[in-house]
Amino acid sequence: MQPDKRLNIKGEICPYTLVKSKLAMEDLDVGEVLEILLDYPEAINSIPKAMQNYGHTVLNVEKINDTDWVIIIRKEVKD
Amino acid sequence: MDFTEEQLRRYSRHILLPEVGGKGQKKISQAKVFLVGAGGLGCPVGYYLAAAGVGRIGIIDNDTVEISNLQRQIAHNTKRIGMPKVISAKQTFEELNPDVEVVPYKDKLTTKNILDLIKDYDIVVDGSDNFSTRYMVNDACVMLKKPLVSGAILRFEGQVTTIIPEEGPCYRCLFEEPPPPGLVPSCQEAGVLGVLTGVIGSLQATEVLKIILGKGELLKGELIIYNALRMSFRKVKVPKNPDCPMCGSHPTIKELIDYEEYCSLQAH
Repeated sequence: MQPDKRLNIKGEICPYTLVKSKLAMEDLDVGEVLEILLDYPEAINSIPKAMQNYGHTVLNVEKINDTDWVIIIRKEVKD
Repeated sequence: MDFTEEQLRRYSRHILLPEVGGKGQKKISQAKVFLVGAGGLGCPVGYYLAAAGVGRIGIIDNDTVEISNLQRQIAHNTKRIGMPKVISAKQTFEELNPDVEVVPYKDKLTTKNILDLIKDYDIVVDGSDNFSTRYMVNDACVMLKKPLVSGAILRFEGQVTTIIPEEGPCYRCLFEEPPPPGLVPSCQEAGVLGVLTGVIGSLQATEVLKIILGKGELLKGELIIYNALRMSFRKVKVPKNPDCPMCGSHPTIKELIDYEEYCSLQAH
């Protein structure tokens, strides 16, 4: 699936991983998809959980190599 | 949203709130708020609005810092005794948050200057300590259709209401005229629990942020009364008065009234 927006937050730590992800989501329209590339292990759980709380859908969480993960979120609610 | 890395960190707890977010934080940074008074209420209101990142804070007060202020006026400090309160407040707020521009007016707010002073601001906050100013600020805000967050304190009790001209009642719908001089004592005469100003000022700052964000329910048509001794909040509904001399269907007040003159004449 081709995301509407890509966000690289490698090197960023909590809670700024989430802050930057949330800001990126705000730039999307409902139905659009954000792909987040990150390497901070705790965010693998916290970002999907927070995004669900905001009402969005977590489409995928995937480890892509030794250090990096990709999280894919679909925007479901208007800000 | 083009926040700097520093702003992103400074406002992160706001950005994470769905009701604020980056968009709301931008609105806050573009807002212009005018504070009447740099005293008990103006200090905490300004402090929290500066912390929140309100872009421009205008503040008027003609007094200088006195030692008796420091029991409650948290923007000032012992070293600043003798300094104009608005200068002290500007230093405190801008040191807290360099994103904020504080415009100090060391002056008395009068019927002559008020309209000009508030016209470029989005919201007015009344933290004044006298009825002549309170009524003048109300009338000026109704005339210019500016949202006004009014707060008052005495002893252990304080109150807040939010006036949105044309939508809700104004201060004169609650109390048509100021009380006769001498009937209501001032803090100087009756005392005030210092921390009370923090509670009431924080409620006022909350209302300001909600107006900026367009979120939540305002104290429009409601007066909230806090009693520190009973630790109670009471909300009283205040209907719009169709015969209000200021905002009723046939207003009789067409220009600003200088009650101070009237009060001092009555007193003598």
